[in-house]
This record gives sequence, C-alpha cells and structure tokens, in this order.
Amino acid sequence: MWLWFHKLSSPPYAYRTAGRLRPWFLWSAILLLAIGTFGGLVLAPEDYQQKDAFRIIYVHVPSASMSLMVYVAMAIAAAIGLIWRMKLAHAFAAACAPVGAWFTALTLVTGSIYGKPMWGTWWAWDPRLTSELILLFLYLGYLALRASFEDTQRADRASAILAIVGVVNVPIVKYSVVWWNSLHQGPSISKLGAPSIDPSMLWPLLVMMAGFVLYFAAVMCDRIRGEILRRERNASWLSEITVGT
Amino acid sequence: MTPRRRRMLLVGLILLGVSGAVALALTAFQENILYYYTPSDVSAGKAPQDRLFRVGGMVMAGSFQRPPGSLEARFVLTDYEKDITVSYTGVLPDLFREGQGIIARGRLGEDGIFVAEEVLAKHDENYMPPHVADTLRKQGDPRVTTPIATSTADAASE
Repeated sequence: MWLWFHKLSSPPYAYRTAGRLRPWFLWSAILLLAIGTFGGLVLAPEDYQQKDAFRIIYVHVPSASMSLMVYVAMAIAAAIGLIWRMKLAHAFAAACAPVGAWFTALTLVTGSIYGKPMWGTWWAWDPRLTSELILLFLYLGYLALRASFEDTQRADRASAILAIVGVVNVPIVKYSVVWWNSLHQGPSISKLGAPSIDPSMLWPLLVMMAGFVLYFAAVMCDRIRGEILRRERNASWLSEITVGT
Repeated sequence: MTPRRRRMLLVGLILLGVSGAVALALTAFQENILYYYTPSDVSAGKAPQDRLFRVGGMVMAGSFQRPPGSLEARFVLTDYEKDITVSYTGVLPDLFREGQGIIARGRLGEDGIFVAEEVLAKHDENYMPPHVADTLRKQGDPRVTTPIATSTADAASE
C-alpha cells in the first residue's frame, strides 16, 4: 500500500501511469455515456407527473454529484499535500478545480432549465440552490487565489487551506433539503430504504453517473500530466523523454 | 511532535473550528434560512405580519375555484393540520394541481386570506412511469398524492 503511494508520488511514474490509463477511462466513459443517454432519453418511460421534462435529471443529477465529489477529492488531495508536503497531491488538487467548477456550473444551468417549467421559476434563494452557488464561488475563489501567486509552492499552500476550509459546504449542499424546508425535493437515491425512483428510470441514471466519474478520471489524466509538465519543466527526466521523441 | 504531526493537527483544528463556527451560524440563522412557513406556522402566528413571506403546503382536493370572468384563483393550502386560503392572480405553473405541493409568496390579508404574488410548484422525490403510478394509486399508496390527470383546467371547470 505505502509502496504504491510512494511510487505514485514520483512525477515520472505518475506521468506515465496517467498516460497509460487515459484511453481506458476515456473509452469506457464514452461507452457508458452513450448507453446512459440512449437509456435516459429513449428507453426510460416518461414520469407520471413531470412527463418528458424529468429527463434532464440524467445530466443534472450526475453533474451535481460530481460537483460535490470533485470538491471532496480536491480537499483531500490538498490536505495530503499540506501534511505530507507531497507536490503531486497539490498538482492533483490544482487540476481538479476547473473541472469541478464546470460540473457545478452545469448543475446550476441544468437545474435552472429544469426549474422554470416544473417549479415556475429559473432561480429561487432556496438552501440547496444557494449552497450550490456558494460551491461554485469556492471553486472560483480557489482558482483566483492560485492565479494570484507567482510561486507555485506558495500558491499550493495558500489554496490548500481554502480548499480544506470550503469542504464544510459539502455536507450543507448534500443535506440542505433534509435540514430545511426547501423548494428542491429530497434525495431519491442516497437514502435509507429503497430508492424512490422506478428501476426503469434508475438504471440509465446510474450508468450516466458512472460515465461522469470515468469522464472525470480521463480528463484528470490529461490535466495531471499538464500540471506535471508545467511543474517539472526543468527536470532531467522530462528532457530525456521529450528529446527522445 | 514531528512537523508532519503538527501539520496534521493544524488541518484537523482548522476543519473543527470552521465546521463549529458554521454550525453555530446556521443554527442562529435557522429562521432566516427557512424558505417557507407551513399553514400551521401561520395560524400559530409565527409568520411575519408586515412583510412578504412564503407559505408551503398541499393544495387541498376540491378547493380550487376560479370566480367566473376573472383570472383570480382561490384554493386552500393545507399541511393536514391547519389550512390557509390563498388567492392568486396570474399564470399557475404546469405542475399546479389539487393534491400538489406548492409554495406561494405573498402577504397575509386582514381577512386571513393569503394574497400571493408568486406561486411555485414543488415536486417530490418520486419518479415513476404512469402505469406504476396508476397501480400504486389503486393500492392507496400514500406516495401518489395526485388524482388521475387533474390539470388546472379540469379543476377550474368544476
């Protein structure tokens, strides 16, 4: 376990591993997203109340769950980087942020498009919507903070603190619909007992969620390689592999 | 204590401190975060008298009326304990029907009628195809609250 951890923290090894894994993640993501889209738009029956409009959940729900998952991954990586002084963990956190910000933006936009016909409004200052908006600002703040430092190491440490502090917002987003009266409906899948969504509608959603995770993994392989290239631009191992090709 | 231990402790303390502060702040602001009041809250006098607020509940079956020749809609909002009569002039959202959960924003009038400026429909976390809904409805499953295919138009023509 620890050997693997140390090996992965070496930039050349991580660079090669990410390059090798990338096509696997990418192709399985494309496959799952295609199956999930077809299942969600064609095979799943319409909802008894919301008719066809409910189908936006096949994009809205996976991107919402990714917006939280990516933030947690980013905060854990930032904490590891801070505690163990591991540069690669900082590189991982830095690579996460723009992707997470896009997932959050996608959640807000699809939610808004969903909200207009169903609730009757594009936006409401509801606890769930507001905390998700704060999540977007946390991502943007993290990116802005990083950009304000010339020195990568100082940017790493300062932004890591922000990432860790911001993680308290994640349970607030997740449980806002349970803790307070909210316009947004409660959880359908992640609750005790059976999911309150029919199996014929549930499976494309789960496939889409898996597809989103794999897509994130594929994008991260590229982004982590970019981060490593930028950080290690003067390292000898890099000139060896780039001059060789 | 090694430097690494110290940093670990520091990260732990930051997390503890921030979550403690946020938990206290959220508890203190509980009232302000409250998105809507229930009819029970309103009848207990918890809702503000002098400003706009939101009230949420179910549209009581058989309560929808539209005075002839007007766009005004009148219905009773209930949380199965207390009721409140709501009056609203304007376009109702698609999901609005009797038995549906809705949230209305407006003021409480002198006569106890809530005059809404905006009506939003809430939908629940249950998703199912129509035939499953029909079966559950026949079995009297509480998850299916809406009667079969009552649209606003149907309700209005009653």
